[in-house]
Amino acid sequence: MSTEEFSVIGKPLARVDAWEKVVGAARYADDFFLPRMAYAKIRRSDHPHALIKRIDTTRANALPGVYVVVTGRDFPAVRFGILPVSQDEEALCTDKVRMVGDPIAAVAAVDEETAERAADLIDVEYEVLPPIMSVEEALAQDKVRIHEYGDGPNIHKAVAFEFGDVEEGFRQAALVREDVFFYQGNTHLPMEQHAAVAQWSPDGKLTLWSSTQTPHYVHRALAKTLQMPPAWIRVIAAPVGGGFGGKTDPFSHEIVVARLAQLTGRPVKIGLTREEVFYCHRGRHPVSMWVKTGVTKNGEILAMHFRSYVDGGAYGSYGVASLLYTGALQTVTYRVPRYKFEGMRAFTNKPPCGPKRGHGTPQPRYALECHLDKIAEQLGLDPAEMRRRIVVDEYTKTANHLTITTCGLRECIDRVVEASGWREKHGKLPYGKGVGFACSSYLTGAGLPIYWNDMPHSGAIVKVDRGGGVAVLCGATEIGQGSDSVLTYVVAEQLGIDPKDIRMATADSDLTPVDLGSYSSRVTLMAGHAAARAAERMRILIHEAVAKKLEVVPGELVSRGGRVFVKDDPERGVSFAEAAVLAETMHGTLACAGSYTPPKRAGKFKGSGVGPSPCYSYTACVAEVSVDPDTGEVTVDRVWIAHDVGRALNPLLVEGQVEGSVYMGLGEALMEEQVFREGLHKIPSMLEYKSPTTLETPEIYTILVETVDPEGPFGAKEAGQGPLLPVPPAVANAVYDAVGARIDEVPISPEKVARAVELKKQGKPARVGPERLPVFTFPEPVKVASAFGEAADPSVKRKTQV
Amino acid sequence: MMRLPPFAYLAPRSVGEAVRMMVDHGPEAMFVAGGTDLYPNMKRRQFEPKVLVGLRGIQELVGVRGEATTGLVIGAGTTLTDVAEHAAVRGHLPALATAAGLVSTPPLRNMGTIGGNVCVDTRCNYYNQSYQWRRAIGFCMKKDGDICLVAPGSPRCWAVSSTDTAPVLWSLGARARLVGVGGERVVPVASLFKDDGIDYLAKARDEVLTEILLPPVDGLRCAYLKLRRRGSFDFPVLGVAVALGLDGGRVKTAKIVLGAVASRPREAAEAGALLVGERPTPALIAEVAEVAARPSKPLDNTDLTHPYRKKMTKVFVARALRRLAGLPDSPRDEEEVA
Repeated sequence: MSTEEFSVIGKPLARVDAWEKVVGAARYADDFFLPRMAYAKIRRSDHPHALIKRIDTTRANALPGVYVVVTGRDFPAVRFGILPVSQDEEALCTDKVRMVGDPIAAVAAVDEETAERAADLIDVEYEVLPPIMSVEEALAQDKVRIHEYGDGPNIHKAVAFEFGDVEEGFRQAALVREDVFFYQGNTHLPMEQHAAVAQWSPDGKLTLWSSTQTPHYVHRALAKTLQMPPAWIRVIAAPVGGGFGGKTDPFSHEIVVARLAQLTGRPVKIGLTREEVFYCHRGRHPVSMWVKTGVTKNGEILAMHFRSYVDGGAYGSYGVASLLYTGALQTVTYRVPRYKFEGMRAFTNKPPCGPKRGHGTPQPRYALECHLDKIAEQLGLDPAEMRRRIVVDEYTKTANHLTITTCGLRECIDRVVEASGWREKHGKLPYGKGVGFACSSYLTGAGLPIYWNDMPHSGAIVKVDRGGGVAVLCGATEIGQGSDSVLTYVVAEQLGIDPKDIRMATADSDLTPVDLGSYSSRVTLMAGHAAARAAERMRILIHEAVAKKLEVVPGELVSRGGRVFVKDDPERGVSFAEAAVLAETMHGTLACAGSYTPPKRAGKFKGSGVGPSPCYSYTACVAEVSVDPDTGEVTVDRVWIAHDVGRALNPLLVEGQVEGSVYMGLGEALMEEQVFREGLHKIPSMLEYKSPTTLETPEIYTILVETVDPEGPFGAKEAGQGPLLPVPPAVANAVYDAVGARIDEVPISPEKVARAVELKKQGKPARVGPERLPVFTFPEPVKVASAFGEAADPSVKRKTQV
Repeated sequence: MMRLPPFAYLAPRSVGEAVRMMVDHGPEAMFVAGGTDLYPNMKRRQFEPKVLVGLRGIQELVGVRGEATTGLVIGAGTTLTDVAEHAAVRGHLPALATAAGLVSTPPLRNMGTIGGNVCVDTRCNYYNQSYQWRRAIGFCMKKDGDICLVAPGSPRCWAVSSTDTAPVLWSLGARARLVGVGGERVVPVASLFKDDGIDYLAKARDEVLTEILLPPVDGLRCAYLKLRRRGSFDFPVLGVAVALGLDGGRVKTAKIVLGAVASRPREAAEAGALLVGERPTPALIAEVAEVAARPSKPLDNTDLTHPYRKKMTKVFVARALRRLAGLPDSPRDEEEVA
């Protein structure tokens, strides 16, 4: 790796928050204790779908130790939701509940036990409505509606696009293949349960500490739902004990504690139970999928038609974006000249789905990569070699008008093929052992904001103290992914100082410039650029002052190793602390801001806002499995994964992200499922919602590929989500290689594998997966000329120009 | 987070004192040993004792005594870790070491006791839920309600026996010493269980399980196989304990006991009888496994599906017997080994 030119970037340094997290000193939201603090508990719906006829809080109010009991009527009649187009949530439901776990009333009491007892003493009368628990039921029910808005009864959104004439592509194809897949829903399962503490000051201002990935959006939601000036609200994201997208929406409990704090005049805390976290959800959408692809005999794709049927749950959440993501990135990995996508999202009476690591793309990725595996087999091609041939071209546009910059996928493929011994293993291992292959791509930050505006997506302030200490103020939120560390490295590199001399102040709406949040793999690129720019401005001020002192021109100076010195005469220089004094003397107080706005490259059609990104990461994966044909148990023995991260600002952190993604992908592939029975979540606990343990985690061989993308700070692309994507299909394809059975849905449970093996024994098609799709008529597609193969806009920075 | 309800904790120093405390406090009291199952259940209000009589401080309940050849005696308060790691248990009763070592996780095995695991509450995914969840679906007869949600027409509760160690102890012919207000008695572990998800233990409220008495080991070979989703944490959704007394290649005694497929461990006696006097050949094992699966009656109230658990009963019994007979796990692999 080419890190010689850098002092900090590219080095496997320990995280800046390692010590406080290892010794338990980090203060998570639930660790906050304030004097006179009250504890809140939310009474939640017992029914998946019902009208609220009456709420009687008399008994709860009478319980000693209860300070206040509130219902939805105690809030301004305003709805909220993360997307402007889906403002469909209430702080507390007033007239209707749409899922078991919907919030109805809340209590603030002297302690948590009293609050819980009081919540159970609230009497709720319901008029029960028929529950709608699947896309099929949503489509069958046109009289009972979960929401009054959308593209049809219980249809949240239906979309259709066609980029180029796909039928023409199918006509030219040597092989046209259709497949049907189902990807079961699953949840994030962060170690930390959501918690929030609200404090109302005597002058009427609110402070909220919360375990959130998006304090800026929480800030906006509080202002809206409490009808308060945003200037009077301060939102601070505490260190987050795992998010994965599950803490990316504003939540009812955050609004509730704020109101309770106002009413009681006390700080109020809420810590959700694990079961309540399952009700917050916003996890992986269950998606049924149909894909039809026409290819040449060499596997070159001529046209692809993809359909998604998305089970959204009870609220909109990010759903419109999630739905579009199930169709957006198919074209970013392989050359797809003609592409058609149709998708629909239904409302159901289940916890709302939303963004989980890979947001809307692991499901189509599973379908696509299993589908390509079958195509390769049908064409008699090696699945890795076939994919290698059809990788997208750098600096071109896709059919759906996304701009590709660098692409290290071919190198990724070569590296995992080599490291895993793919050629010696695929199709050649004994019965019960197999290898599977898959690739993927993912965005490095969403190109468009959640709410329409032309302001920066990220801002940072670098402030230098007279003693040489540096503070970095940035709205970015540390959710365990290492954002505080990455921003520290970027500033340390720019100023030539030790990372230890930098303090981070992050995610505080009073003190730090806005960053949109830790989602869409955007922080390293966007906040990284903002911090780099702020630090660069600071370096210019410092060099100007030092140059004057040393009687040289600023261009002759470098900052490195805690000193500012003349490049050609390193003895001539000053320490960074001395430089700070010189600079403050010359310029006054030293504070510089930097910000980042992504390039506007979305296509000119409605719905083009989901998918664009400054650059895309690429991943290739080989999984090796053992399958027990008698029990159907799948053991993943080894995973090789190569990830094009642009540049690893800290390879240790990138490897951690890759390994965590593999682990999470394996959970989705093999066992995790969000399932319901009689309108209730069947298994809302960490014991019964099966997620892998260390014992199920295989050896993971991580290979980092560096393409040094001109769009990223120091060339960096994302690493937090992309590496999850190829893992489930690689496992499915490996199971096929091991026992000849296709499992066209996740999770690949032992029962399904055993059933498929049994079918094979009986001479029947050895496939377990969905047999049919929901019956739905999609709208007429928006027809847009395919941009496939067009050169990237001149505004795109090219490597040669760097 | 979920909070414990208020309760008084009593810390007797002897079994006699524990029994007296239990009698004094009547139905409001429960015994607690490791507490790894009881406390979480209290948080979910599955148990609502006002008084807990803690057995942890009673020294006489802890430890493994005696020799395997004359019969080991395991104090009921011995932790699962200590049972799993005990040299004589590992050497002579590997099935017991395996079963104890497969319970939950290492930290919970350091707390949980073998007595607690033998007596562990039956489980059901309609019952092992929070108070609020159970209220939402409608309470079941095991707690706060009057019907069985997994078999609504049934007059009884079908919660699942979820002990790993009891099927093994049963297969080994172990006995249990119970000490109560009326004195003490020693009963076969096999007679400790009743076929009811609520009233699943044939033990009086005031009786303390003090010791497990194992028979002398004499030509005994035993195995335990556990079906569960993950390599840790999970309760069994099928347990197969097999103990064979072998004499010159022929089976002298055979006990096959199934766990987690009914409200009590179930002995597949008919299947075991097929083995007695015979050599455990692959063909006989296949036949025995078929018969052994008959008493396996799983319902849809645990992880994995019940038809799968039923099907796996056969696979697991065959596998356990094949291992004891020195055969590879699957008939498919026989050629390779040969």
